[in-house]
Amino acid sequence: MPRFSHSKRPRLRLLSEEDIEKIHVGSMKLLEEIGVQMHNDRALKLLNDKGAEVDFKTRTVRVPQHLVKECLLKAPSTIRLYSRDGKHDRLLERERVTYNPGSSALFFLDSETGELRRPLSRDLARLVRLTDALEYIQAQSTSLVVSDVPEEVADRYRLFIVLKNSPKAVITGAFSIDGLHDMKKMLEIVAGGEKELARKPMAIFDTCPSAPLKWSEINSQNLIDCAKSRIPAEIIPMPQLGATGPVTLAGSLVQHNAEFLSGLVLAQLVNPGTPVIYGGSPTTFDMRHGTARLGAIETMMLGCSYSQVGKYYGLPTHMYLGLSDAKIVDTQCGLESGIAIVLGALAGINVISGPGMLNFENCQSLEKLVIDNTTCGMALRLIDGVRVDDETLAIDLMRKVGPGGVYLSEKHTLEWFRKEQFMPSALIDRKEWRTWKNEGSKSTLQRAKEHVAKILKEHQPEPLPDDIRRDLDAAAESILKSHKISA
Amino acid sequence: MGNDFIQSLTEAVVNYEVEDAVSAAKRALEAGVDPVAAIEEGLAKGVRIVGDKFGAEEIFLPELMVAVEAMKQAMTILKPAINKSSRVEKSLGRVMIGTIEGDIHDIGKSMVGAMLTVAGFEVVDLGTDVSVERFIAKVKEVEPDIVGMSALMTTTMLRMKDVIEGLRKEGLREKVKVVIGGVPTSSEWAKEIGADGHGWNAMEAVKVAKRLLHQPEERS
Ligand code: B12
Repeated sequence: MPRFSHSKRPRLRLLSEEDIEKIHVGSMKLLEEIGVQMHNDRALKLLNDKGAEVDFKTRTVRVPQHLVKECLLKAPSTIRLYSRDGKHDRLLERERVTYNPGSSALFFLDSETGELRRPLSRDLARLVRLTDALEYIQAQSTSLVVSDVPEEVADRYRLFIVLKNSPKAVITGAFSIDGLHDMKKMLEIVAGGEKELARKPMAIFDTCPSAPLKWSEINSQNLIDCAKSRIPAEIIPMPQLGATGPVTLAGSLVQHNAEFLSGLVLAQLVNPGTPVIYGGSPTTFDMRHGTARLGAIETMMLGCSYSQVGKYYGLPTHMYLGLSDAKIVDTQCGLESGIAIVLGALAGINVISGPGMLNFENCQSLEKLVIDNTTCGMALRLIDGVRVDDETLAIDLMRKVGPGGVYLSEKHTLEWFRKEQFMPSALIDRKEWRTWKNEGSKSTLQRAKEHVAKILKEHQPEPLPDDIRRDLDAAAESILKSHKISA
Repeated sequence: MGNDFIQSLTEAVVNYEVEDAVSAAKRALEAGVDPVAAIEEGLAKGVRIVGDKFGAEEIFLPELMVAVEAMKQAMTILKPAINKSSRVEKSLGRVMIGTIEGDIHDIGKSMVGAMLTVAGFEVVDLGTDVSVERFIAKVKEVEPDIVGMSALMTTTMLRMKDVIEGLRKEGLREKVKVVIGGVPTSSEWAKEIGADGHGWNAMEAVKVAKRLLHQPEERS
């Protein structure tokens, strides 16, 4: 009778085992024969000492296969990301998914005016407090580059605002070499010291190779510094297909993987066993407008594919998903974000960064964030799957209710409906037509605005203990001082 | 006779054949075709046809970029021959362009370069991560009509100001127009740092460049 083509519960898999092998072999070949450029003398020296073939003139590193394999075995396959209050810790492993807002937007969509503008510190504080309240956005990110502090310290200041306004763990990144050191100091204050932070990481730092096949000094140094302190580093190759990567999906996956592996090797050589996340933010390059498309279906396919390669290596994975190329919170915005959020969950990507973001990766919107939160909730429900056991099969119940009966007042219904059905907030309209009309025929955006306002009015994030707050303020002040900026 | 050679240059560009453009350029020179005519009526005409198709959304960026590449490569053959002939090239002007120090975002800047080429400007591309000193040294060497700077990050766009100040110190500011672009920049920022213009995209870059050099909005 049974003729199953698969044994376990099916999930999304775009690549066959053979495809993965081919991509892996291709990347190994790339690393061994072509290599990557690394604009960092310390990295070059280290790689040279540890057996890579380094051409110091062209700054090219060719990595032998055995070295890549050794390093792959050293990287942990589970990362526990800690929250300040211990209530929002996240395990990054296997098929577990953690959503967090898209990071470092240059613009903010002001819901009062409907205009795009540069973000202010208070916008970021609101976004962080909102995220703190959102159930399915389980981690924070330094999501806005605020314009009311000097640019030189903007990276540190973002983290300062996040740490003050939410206990959730943070996905962040530095814009400079010193930036990372200052940011680490702030995290140490919250964690209770350098050793504590290494033992209980509360933040992940993103670091991006420069496609194709290049590492800038800042990014490679950020990676080295993370590794030294055992801070989880999210390595994020970001080829633009057809511009800074082959236009073919398979080709760009080979390049993506080679760029990732070169970073992984560097990190593991600096400090064996340091946590590394297989990440990425690939985009498809729009051949008409020259824009880097985050909402393209191929962009989503890339994330789902390379995360399979990451899982093949047994590593935690990450991808930018849930962003939209739309300029306002409209249908395009909802559909592009929604599809990606669902696909990412089905692919079992561990860290999914993107909710709230639109206008490619340039803008954040509070309204979009609460809408995406709902989609994230739906996606998490989806991957929870269909529970099949005696109780859920409910044969006894059907015997009891019988043909023509009603289930609504049954204890079984009462017991199970919350577990089986995802309950969205009032943001999602599920009313019958006349009620909706009588209540003002509100659009999703209008409901989202009300929802945002309500949360921001009511929600109180777990405050920082006084001593930590004092130390953090003092640290921020001394950072500003060292840049000759008065607080 | 000369017409055939010129036409094959146009065709090479229109058919996106880089190698054909190069060999057509060589053949044209051997046959004694005026290099200025070969560029103006051959290559530039082809690129204009391609540009129009792009504007009409018939073709996409890869076609445009390869056509510009074909023109560029053929130009390297034809240009050295121009010095010998007496006529001057009639380009819309010389634009020197580069991505600012600390910033390696390349694509937008290159697209701007390509569109300016299509529009009839002579473009000198300095690449990315161009230091303030290099911008200034190159202005002396290349003597452009316009300096275009690109920055994609809020941190790196600050350096644009240093270039403009440097130009002023060296007494070069009045000799060139300065145009800026890239996601974090704006016309307000252009004003603040004393640049002459700003463009949101490659099409605007062309418009701004034309306006600054007192040329008509549309090319007839
Ligand atoms: C692709 C990309 C990269 C690639 C670049 C590859 C390459 N060879 O160019 C790589 C991976 C290398 C990269 C690296 C980094 N990036 Co990046 N990157 C992008 C991305 C996704 C797209 C840029 C792009 O190519 N767009 C397509 C082109 C066609 O558009 P464009 O550049 O805007 O150009 C158009 C106009 O702006 C205008 N224009 C441009 N220049 C000029 C010049 C003139 C004179 C005129 C008139 C007009 C003009 O015309 C162009 C054509 O229409 C943007 C996000 C975004 N959507 O913009 C982030 C983005 C710019 N990057 C960002 C960051 C933070 C980085 C990194 C620091 C990442 C990190 N943490 O490691 C590094 C920095 C490296 C460095 N030192 O420069 C941030 C900047 C945030 C900030 N604070 O300013 C952005 C905004 C993404 C984000 N939200 O985080 N990046």
